Amino acid sequence: METLFFAIISLMAIVSAILVITCKNPINSALALIMTFFCLATYYVMLDAPFMAAVQVMVYAGAIMVLIVFTIMLLNIRVNATQKHSHKIALGSIIGLFTLINTVVLLFKSQPSSPVGPYTGEMIKSLGHSELLGRDMFTTFLLPFEITSILLLVAIVGSVVLAKKKI
Amino acid sequence: MGIEILGLPMIYYIAMVAKVLVAFLFVLLTVAYATYAERKIIGHMQVRLGPMRTGWHGLLQPIADGVKLFFKEEIIPSQASTFAFLIAPLVALIPAFITFAVIPFGGTIELFGYKIPLQVAAYYDTAAGQVFDVNVGVLYILAMSSLGVYGIVLAGWSSNSKYSLMGGLRASAQMISYELSAALSIIAVFMLAGTLSLGKIVELQSGFGGFEWYIFKQPLAALMFFICSLAEINRTPFDLPEAETELVSGFCTEYSSMKYAMFFMAEYANMITVCAITATLFLGGWNGPFAVAVPILGPIYFVAKVYFLIFLCMWIRATVPRYRYDQLMHLGWKVFLPLALVNIVVTGIIGYFI
Repeated sequence: METLFFAIISLMAIVSAILVITCKNPINSALALIMTFFCLATYYVMLDAPFMAAVQVMVYAGAIMVLIVFTIMLLNIRVNATQKHSHKIALGSIIGLFTLINTVVLLFKSQPSSPVGPYTGEMIKSLGHSELLGRDMFTTFLLPFEITSILLLVAIVGSVVLAKKKI
Repeated sequence: MGIEILGLPMIYYIAMVAKVLVAFLFVLLTVAYATYAERKIIGHMQVRLGPMRTGWHGLLQPIADGVKLFFKEEIIPSQASTFAFLIAPLVALIPAFITFAVIPFGGTIELFGYKIPLQVAAYYDTAAGQVFDVNVGVLYILAMSSLGVYGIVLAGWSSNSKYSLMGGLRASAQMISYELSAALSIIAVFMLAGTLSLGKIVELQSGFGGFEWYIFKQPLAALMFFICSLAEINRTPFDLPEAETELVSGFCTEYSSMKYAMFFMAEYANMITVCAITATLFLGGWNGPFAVAVPILGPIYFVAKVYFLIFLCMWIRATVPRYRYDQLMHLGWKVFLPLALVNIVVTGIIGYFI
């Protein structure tokens, strides 16, 4: 049952990922990308990580994609009618094909070698995913967390400085 | 009932489908009659009668409206981006409905010896002996509400009309701004609750005859969340995106027939969702006198609270005039956002010492 569900979602993810690059209208590409993000969020749910799923939808589908759609709307990019044919497409597809073969070969060769972590599905279910994440973030990984927040603060201040001509 | 699928008895699946249908029908019927109630209530507040002709005191008005909209001609502008134009009403409508999956509308009832929690995305684990629901319920709601903006943006952009585009742009700017304040204001609630699961948040608010409700502990957060949500779903006094006097009808100018009706439904469904979230987070959800002893009372209390809040929305609409756009942005970014941040800090400090 779960495998079937996984197959359906994977199919949707792949089809929408292909649509991202084949759609002529940029808005339709953006919509397809949102669909891909949704499928990724579904994977997180299947991996017992509901917090990650919610954040994935909120940040990627809800915030970043809104910005992209905004940009497309404001620049008023319409359908690009002229199509260019060159050898770049052939080169790109050859590189893509080799990357695909490479990935598939490595995927079937590899084994899950690293030791299994302390958190099992049952534990996540009883304690809650966000609780476990928060506990680790504020104990074991406190320093990286603080550094990240300072970096983000710098980014916010920087964007305000760049956007305003007169402060 | 002896058949088992994936280790769970059949009745779980039947109950799941039944819960989905009940929640869906509740929202759909409330949407239909909220339009009627709004016209009637505002009518009486303005010393008019409201709809009177169809049925007794106009009771059949929503059905007449639906039939009328259904038989209207469907027009798609020739310069529109067809796919986005067709999909936009759906994108607007769906997030409003699926938010109801995590809202608990009652306690746990017992059916044929199986315990069934009255919340769509929840089940009773007989081995663990407790109810499991989506333990990131609040985040799920925030994620879904952040998707609501797409319907309006797409509708505004794809219609290829200046009014629509202006309406769409205004709407998206407004929704993004107020989403932030709404999300930050409810952080204070789950700092108090210590959980993101809505079922547990409701449980924590039981006891002391209603004085455990978070509206008494977090009055500022409750007020801010309600106002910000009103702005986020584009209700009056924040209905700038479809300001009739300036923008014809905003993002849905070019829409007709059922597509227009779907935007209308989305607006009302959003209102019901916001009222349900407010009732769950701040007004104790399905809690009330004897709600635990008599499980059937839970949904009744919940619906009563939601309807009261919907009435409040209509009352606000009849009372307050529309905001100006710069005032709206000022209110969102310079008043509500700092207040919400201060509220979080104060809650944190008080929570640390208690």
